[in-house]
Amino acid sequence: MAKLNKLQTASLPDPVLDRRQAVPALIESPGDFLMIAGLAGTAWELSALTHESPSLFGLAGAMGAAPMLGLGLALAQPKRRVLVATGDGELLMNVGALATIALQNPPNLTIICVDNGHYGETGNQESHTGFGVRLDVMAAGAGFPVVYVINTEADMPEGRRLMREGGGLTFILLRVKEGPATHLGKKNLIPHIERDRFRAALLG
Amino acid sequence: MAETVTRDNWPDALYRLLRENGVTQFAYVPDAGHKVLIDRSLADPDVHAVPLTTEEEGVALVAGADLGGQRAVLLMQSSGVGNCINMLSLTQGGRFPFLTLVSMRGEYGEGNPWQFAMGQAVEPVLKAMGVIVLRAETPDDAIEAVTAAITMAFQAGQQVAVLLTQRLIGAKKF
Repeated sequence: MAKLNKLQTASLPDPVLDRRQAVPALIESPGDFLMIAGLAGTAWELSALTHESPSLFGLAGAMGAAPMLGLGLALAQPKRRVLVATGDGELLMNVGALATIALQNPPNLTIICVDNGHYGETGNQESHTGFGVRLDVMAAGAGFPVVYVINTEADMPEGRRLMREGGGLTFILLRVKEGPATHLGKKNLIPHIERDRFRAALLG
Repeated sequence: MAETVTRDNWPDALYRLLRENGVTQFAYVPDAGHKVLIDRSLADPDVHAVPLTTEEEGVALVAGADLGGQRAVLLMQSSGVGNCINMLSLTQGGRFPFLTLVSMRGEYGEGNPWQFAMGQAVEPVLKAMGVIVLRAETPDDAIEAVTAAITMAFQAGQQVAVLLTQRLIGAKKF
């Protein structure tokens, strides 16, 4: 069997946080944000966290779309804070978007990557970050002015502060253990209904 | 448009048309066929010019702009259409208004054999993903087709591509 290269750059400590507590603890008050959630774990957990708020557009397909949806929204709504929450697999699918977003540098945009090192929806295969690929380093290399890694509970308050009063475009790597996301049942996300709800709530 | 468009000035007329219709986000992957639109958007303080690393980023950007109440256009070459296929699930499923201008390669007078596979596949691929395809063969066509596409996308909420063909933009320039 071919062996994948376990990267020597894997210098981060083993993740200890449970996403079911860590994601709500970090976002804390979702009403502060217009939110985009990538498929699939983050879409389910933000849907649960916000009680299906119309200020959330969640993806159950179009993998790789979340960061750029957030950019288009942040450019269109410069007076609102925009939050993209997505997983490591979703972000890796279109990782060049980090470069595109950094060139625009919208100060009202935060991207949280909930990094569990696994493809949780497809059989829990280990992802590239599980082998040591550093998305925080990629974001810094792309030019994100604020990059912050959350490994433990003690890192949370600074993350919460950066999301709300940070010095501009922000990338937060929230490192969590593998394991399920909070999921309230099997209700489908219907994209055109989500679009209509989101626009009606924001634009009237 | 009352003014006469010529082989030289149609890209400038196209830029004015997009701006008059409220387009404020211009997403692009660099292409000679879109040079004027790209340069005009970069020089315009009232719009966001968004260079992409791959065209599918632009599909998602256009949808995000719509969520925030802005109008966007995606400028790409025919080869980039292939990069967008799965991302068009977002525009189709979400019924997002979607306007893209595609500068064509791999058709009339093309000299680079690498361009034909994707160039010839542009129309069936776009149609398979629910995008309506209009073609522009002359400068007048370009203005008329983009005018029509703006109405179809932003008034009727459709997904529309206007192909700027090699008869219009010229095969020899490349």
